[in-house]
Amino acid sequence: MQDNYQSSSYKELEQKSKYTNIFLRWFLYFILILFASYFIFPLYVMVVTSLKTMEEIRQGTLLTWPSSLNFDSWLVAWGGRGYGAGDTFLRPYFWNSIKMVVPAVFFSTFIGAMTGYVLTKWRFKGDQWVFLFLLFGCFIPFQAILLPMARTLGTLGISNSVVGLVLVHTVYGIPFTTLFFRNYYISVPTELVKAARIDGAGFFKIFFKILLPISAPIIVVTVIWQFTQIWNDFLFGSTFSFGEAAPIQVALNNMVLSSTSVKEYNVDMASAIIAGIPTLIVYVLAGKYFIRGLTSGAVKG
Amino acid sequence: MKTLKIEELSKNFGTTEVLRKINLEIDEGNFLVLLGPSGCGKSTLLNIIAGLETINEGNVFIDDYNVSKVEPKDRNIAMVFQSYALYPSMNVKENMVFGLKQAKTSKEKIEEQLEKVSTFLQVDKLLERKPSQLSGGQRQRVAIGRALVREPRIFLFDEPLSNLDAKLRVEMRREIKKLHQQLKTTVVYVTHDQTEAMSLGTKIAIMNHGVIQQNDTPENIYNKPSNTFVADFIGSPSMNLIKGKLIENSNNISFIADGSTLEVPINNYDFIEKSDLNNKEIYFGIRPEHIYFKKLNEEDFDINLRADLSEYIGHEQIVTLDYSNQEILAKFPSTIKIELEKEMKLYFDLKHTSLFDFKTKERL
Repeated sequence: MQDNYQSSSYKELEQKSKYTNIFLRWFLYFILILFASYFIFPLYVMVVTSLKTMEEIRQGTLLTWPSSLNFDSWLVAWGGRGYGAGDTFLRPYFWNSIKMVVPAVFFSTFIGAMTGYVLTKWRFKGDQWVFLFLLFGCFIPFQAILLPMARTLGTLGISNSVVGLVLVHTVYGIPFTTLFFRNYYISVPTELVKAARIDGAGFFKIFFKILLPISAPIIVVTVIWQFTQIWNDFLFGSTFSFGEAAPIQVALNNMVLSSTSVKEYNVDMASAIIAGIPTLIVYVLAGKYFIRGLTSGAVKG
Repeated sequence: MKTLKIEELSKNFGTTEVLRKINLEIDEGNFLVLLGPSGCGKSTLLNIIAGLETINEGNVFIDDYNVSKVEPKDRNIAMVFQSYALYPSMNVKENMVFGLKQAKTSKEKIEEQLEKVSTFLQVDKLLERKPSQLSGGQRQRVAIGRALVREPRIFLFDEPLSNLDAKLRVEMRREIKKLHQQLKTTVVYVTHDQTEAMSLGTKIAIMNHGVIQQNDTPENIYNKPSNTFVADFIGSPSMNLIKGKLIENSNNISFIADGSTLEVPINNYDFIEKSDLNNKEIYFGIRPEHIYFKKLNEEDFDINLRADLSEYIGHEQIVTLDYSNQEILAKFPSTIKIELEKEMKLYFDLKHTSLFDFKTKERL
């Protein structure tokens, strides 16, 4: 009696949990698709609008598909219309940004690696305080240092120049890059350094020959982080540079806001996409290492 | 000439005293094991010998040359680490010759050394592999190889076997022993494992709280521990320390445990200083393996003790006995059937006892 009762109720329960599972699965997909569309929607509008002519934009809605693939607005955004005064286009500023971002990422990453190496493998009295103060740098709002930094750049004679921006971004990148490298190197056994010292390697040799070759994951993380931060920066760019020395984000802003005649939405959208493409490329190329690097723990040698 | 000499060495980390007035000497070809519980300062001492750690007071001499302020690479030493510390980005060959390259050794000499050592350690087939592609035992061999190619005066080992599993550990232990027998090099070896220390060392220095408790041959460490710490640290289970006092009358000396009236004669005990013994409070030390179930020697002292507990561990059993309310342990073959809660006749081997002063904990 009891056995029968139990087996039938188990079957019922099994059925029930099956339906519940199916329902939950579909619900999950629904939620995921909802969120995904929410994030993709703006990008869709940007791409579609950039491919339309002004005529089409005026007549259609935001969502309508362009009648033909028309890259004119991209060309205008990149290279301008070819007439003189008031023609703002992205090309020179794009190169400004590249000239700023490449050295700034390189120096801040390199210095961060070096500081992280010292803070973990060449411990000295008070090193923890040094690290703590460096960490403060991560929490200082950038607005707070605009004025002192402007004075500093002025004194050094590099205000309104790409060099000045490189310096600013390098300095403000160091707290983050140090944090990354310090946390990575702390999991590398210090015995490696001891072994190398007995083998006769010095401070720099140990860094370049032993530690740097095993730092690829964290270098990728740092480069992505720094590249995104510096490329997307608007505050420092707009404060410490103007006119020809401006980076792309500032130029983008000028282009969109200072149009004298009609608002050319297609050109604006194309410009915005162009300004965003480099970070996208960095993510696509190195993204899979990003998570791996962030979570990678001890180096097993 | 002493290969290694350490003189009045002290070391502090801030206010914590890690090593206190260490004196140590090693002759050529000896295998010295630094043994002690974790935090006793043995690794710090090894790091100081290597030059990886600075000294607060005292000196280190290698071949009578004061190296206290000499860089690690110029001390003519090599070190094998617990985590092996193989350079992850280099293959086995690069790992082994890294030190020689730093020392600007000629190419021919490097090749010759590499050839010799890698064949000797049987890693010559692995030269192109990365450390991550090696097994634990192979990594250990490469780490030893990296030390060997430099032909150092002293080898330093920092718990080299503790990362291996039990079986491999015993194998590698034998290999290190063989290595030392063949090469007759001077070795300083740090471990917390007493079996390792006993089987490898020609000398063992037992450390506790930054002080060397006893520096002696394995036999003396086992048979004549110089204080209760050593007596307790060596042996498994460790030595029974029975509290009681000495009675001296005319020519007889005997021991009476607290709460007992039984006199254990210890006339043949080899006292370091035989004075003022009457009524002295002491620990009577006897190892579990020196309490017998059957009389083995003529002088064995027979005693009736109650068995409270028996722990079976395969080839033997450890029996907990009651000696006038003090718990003592004895080791018997597991074939013997012990009746619990009953008194039985047992025999103390009085040739193998140790007496310690109750107050100073030092050997009498």
